[in-house]
Amino acid sequence: MYDFAYHKPSSVADAVAARSGAEDGTFVAGGMTLVPTLKQRLAQPSDLVDLGGIGELHGITVSGDTVTIGAMTTHGAVAKSAEVQSAIPALAALAGGIGDPQVRNRGTIGGSVANNDPAADYPAACMALGATIKTDKREVPADEFFTGLFETALDEGEMIVSVSFPKPEKAAYQKFINPASRYALVGVFVAKTGGGVKVAVTGAGQDGVFRVPEMESALSSNLSADAIADVAVDADTLNSDIHASAEYRSHLITVMAKRAVAALS
Amino acid sequence: MPTVSMTVNGKKVSGEVEGRILLVQFLRENLRLTGTHVGCDTSQCGACVVHVNGDSMKSCTLLAVQAEGAEVTTIEGLADGDTLHPMQEAFRDNHGLQCGFCTPGMVMSAVDLVKKNPKASEHEIREWLEGNICRCTGYHNIVKSIQQAQQTM
Ligand SMILES: Cc1cc2nc3c(=O)[nH]c(=O)nc-3n(C[C@H](O)[C@H](O)[C@H](O)COP(=O)(O)OP(=O)(O)OC[C@H]3O[C@@H](n4cnc5c(N)ncnc54)[C@H](O)[C@@H]3O)c2cc1C
Ligand code: FES
Ligand code: FES
Repeated sequence: MYDFAYHKPSSVADAVAARSGAEDGTFVAGGMTLVPTLKQRLAQPSDLVDLGGIGELHGITVSGDTVTIGAMTTHGAVAKSAEVQSAIPALAALAGGIGDPQVRNRGTIGGSVANNDPAADYPAACMALGATIKTDKREVPADEFFTGLFETALDEGEMIVSVSFPKPEKAAYQKFINPASRYALVGVFVAKTGGGVKVAVTGAGQDGVFRVPEMESALSSNLSADAIADVAVDADTLNSDIHASAEYRSHLITVMAKRAVAALS
Repeated sequence: MPTVSMTVNGKKVSGEVEGRILLVQFLRENLRLTGTHVGCDTSQCGACVVHVNGDSMKSCTLLAVQAEGAEVTTIEGLADGDTLHPMQEAFRDNHGLQCGFCTPGMVMSAVDLVKKNPKASEHEIREWLEGNICRCTGYHNIVKSIQQAQQTM
């Protein structure tokens, strides 16, 4: 790992200032993605701004029909939260299925969403539930936030402060894991809200997470697994790698989507 | 260079470290606590698991400076003098190790599990060990060891 200057500010304003004052700074949250990247010398930031000391970024609040999760809240804390379990059980279950217990004890929702790994779980939940990503300067709807592989709408130095999820009527997430990494080979999040049904897929898209309008309209008129049994995502739009071919991923999307519909609660 | 202070196995320690020094390096190289192992560079194997403020974490994926002020317990901090911790005893009784490389991380991870979920089922134990890789035992005797420690811890 190359060396860097380390900062541990205690407020959002100080962190944003430290980051923008640095030549080539980066935020570190749980470090579960960033530290391995630094170890491999795949990045060489001049400064690391640790968000771990900022109290206002931690915690979960439920107000009315909205669950708001602070950026530094760990996957483990979301999985164990009684509030999340009762408001959006599918989200608590998703958090409890990320990586392994030690990754969940450190990794955060803010880091996961900012990183937008094409196989990460949270982006699918954000898209299907219609989440809003709140940053230090604005609020961005999930549909506009995830812009490509490891790409987001965040500007240079912009920080995620929290992610808000409207409570759905029903939701479920089904993940076909890569047995080695535990990332999603394909993960499908289905949510039913007053406004209709949304289906978001992670792990498979050439540009990262995406929604499946054909499944959404089929499910909006008939919320049953049969309604989408013949709907397949075109393999030409999916990625192929050593873990799975695009054709296999296309097949898995329909299977996982049907399972998610069957599991809606 | 930043100074870092923490409590390791009940003792206050501090040292000057570069920002890039990992917690596992601080433990092994500065404190000479070499029981904590490094088995990979992808944060997957769990040989490096220690407890930080009561939760199991991968010390290879934590900067030493991120553990500033923390209470850290390593494998060396489990036994009470010559009396092994019940989890260590259980691994010995059940042949829960062969080469022993993964064992410090396995034991630390297992102790965290039994503290948080004392009645974990066999399935839950296996799920919990997702972040701990063992190349020797095939896991069966590790699971048996943890089941014994559920009775004795
Ligand atoms: C063994 C292993 C298995 C894993 N399995 C899964 C899995 O199954 N599913 C899954 O989804 N993920 C998985 N992960 C990734 C894990 O969820 C990470 O925790 C997550 O991707 C990054 O979160 P972090 O808090 O660790 O962020 P960090 O590693 O600290 O940061 C990641 C990036 O986000 C930026 N960042 C962090 N916080 C903010 C913020 N608030 N605002 C703006 N930018 C920010 C950082 O600058 C950095 O570029 C796994 C990781 C490991 C090591
Ligand atoms: S050394 Fe492999 S996970 Fe830490
Ligand atoms: S005992 Fe050899 S790796 Fe587990």
